[in-house]
Amino acid sequence: MNSESAYITGSCIIRHNKVYGNGGLLWEAGQELELPEFLRAGYDRFSGQYPKFHKMDALSKLGWLAAEVLLKDTRVPLLPPEQVGMVLSNRSSSLDTDLRYYATVKDFASPALFVYTLPNIVMGEISIRHGFKGENTFFVSDAFDTALMSSYPAQLLAVTPLQACICGWVEVMEQQYEAALFLVENKPDGMARPLTAEALSSLYQTNK
Amino acid sequence: MQQVYVVADNIVGPLGSTTRENFEQVLQGNSGIGLQQNAAYAAAPFYGAMMAPGQLDTYTAADNVDGYTTFEKLLVASVRSALQQTSISLADQRTGFIISTTKGNIELLEQQPEGAVLPLGDMQLFTTAKKIAGHFKAANQPLLVSSACISGLVAILTGKRLIEAGRYDHVVVAGADVLTRFVLSGFQSFQAVSAIPCKPFDANRTGVTLGEGAATVILSRDNSNAAFSLGAGAISNDANHISGPSRTGEELAAAMQLALKGSGLTTADIGFVSAHGTATLYNDEMEAKALHHAGLATVPVNSLKGYYGHTLGAAGLIEAIISMQAMKQGVVLPTKGYETAGVSMPVNVNNTLLHTSSAHFLKTVSGFGGCNAAMVFNLIRD
Repeated sequence: MNSESAYITGSCIIRHNKVYGNGGLLWEAGQELELPEFLRAGYDRFSGQYPKFHKMDALSKLGWLAAEVLLKDTRVPLLPPEQVGMVLSNRSSSLDTDLRYYATVKDFASPALFVYTLPNIVMGEISIRHGFKGENTFFVSDAFDTALMSSYPAQLLAVTPLQACICGWVEVMEQQYEAALFLVENKPDGMARPLTAEALSSLYQTNK
Repeated sequence: MQQVYVVADNIVGPLGSTTRENFEQVLQGNSGIGLQQNAAYAAAPFYGAMMAPGQLDTYTAADNVDGYTTFEKLLVASVRSALQQTSISLADQRTGFIISTTKGNIELLEQQPEGAVLPLGDMQLFTTAKKIAGHFKAANQPLLVSSACISGLVAILTGKRLIEAGRYDHVVVAGADVLTRFVLSGFQSFQAVSAIPCKPFDANRTGVTLGEGAATVILSRDNSNAAFSLGAGAISNDANHISGPSRTGEELAAAMQLALKGSGLTTADIGFVSAHGTATLYNDEMEAKALHHAGLATVPVNSLKGYYGHTLGAAGLIEAIISMQAMKQGVVLPTKGYETAGVSMPVNVNNTLLHTSSAHFLKTVSGFGGCNAAMVFNLIRD
């Protein structure tokens, strides 16, 4: 796909208990914090007014938090709902929550956990939060596939009603986690670089 | 734009190991759903569309699948059968491979003795996808789609787009899910499993019946042997609730309308809609509203869940393949289990076989996370 009509207009990377926005360090939590505490502290730091957050699993909390940071001060919330979509990916699907859910089955299977035993639920939570009704797809791969995550969203911007698409990586497995979300649009805005695999890879590798 | 054709297909499930066997069973009104009594799944008996003991081993006897999981055997049997119908090879650099599933090898979690170290590596979806790709000596890394119950149709749409973009000349799209204690207990925890075989769109429907199976379509830019071309497809999100469908059905309707418009068709061109029709109270109600919003209320609609149960990541593939067979024969299949109209907005659902002279049908799916997808399939007339 021609990258001339698709741009990376923003990024949010969360790893090692640090949150980066468009490449710059926005916030750093103590390294001693385990993932649940870190996510709660991040919620307090960047939002704090969305009670539904507390019922989410770790994968949804992480993706939701990254989307909060990514979308702040962008034009995306002003777009028609059906023109914003998502293409996300990770390594472990919902396996972290699958193990937690299955541990409840012997006694009393938890519907509140079962609903999070699908990796695409994080896209549902982000869609609910921001009212996005455009298309979304979840891919699973052993590492962040920058070729797929650049060419496929670029194609969606060209052939579907989408004007903006959140793409990237949101992974949780036990204490290992990483989020790298990118806002891609068909108009240059913000940090605006052409959407290519190399550009995604370079942004992803920074501060790794 | 580059046309994309369906050049081979297969279904492996309780009703058989080829598309033909499956379609003949469905045409005769037979269902894969039966009463299951197995304490490994649930304390009480339940209805499910499950493979009979030994059935899958018979299907894979010549496949060299020692040590493979049920999920992997299903996929191997289905992909191998579809590949045998064409000269297309996964070993070709120009052939892509897409696998759709919701839970993959989750069966491994249930097979571990208490306190055992879990084989987490083998439970990762990409591990099992690579194993299947290796089995067929695939030249390309498999892409894995896991978007809940819309995965199968989304995988077909993804394959179509990758051919349109010039990335591949052919794409093998396969999907599978296994009926496990994991999934059954989850749907039971939602009070969403029907005590009798599911009754889509019926006034007395009380929930889903789960199923298992695999299905494969081979897509190509080359139309030789093709009976169908793919029309446009679209995906939408409700942005309403992660486990309950839209209150209005407007989002599924939007996907339906995009699929029609993108295919250059109007509602009058559509012979039937193969709906998701899970037989939960809310899903079928939402779909009925969506059909009205999209102007499809009078078009014949069916659900195939009464034959296959809900096969999750395989559902969109299985139901698209059976619907292609039906359209080739000029029929609209009955909705098994349906008796009495039971949605607030009337839709044209039937429990008898209808005839159609149309060359286009619309397949729709919806799933957890608020996702919906719709896609048009076009019959190629001789």
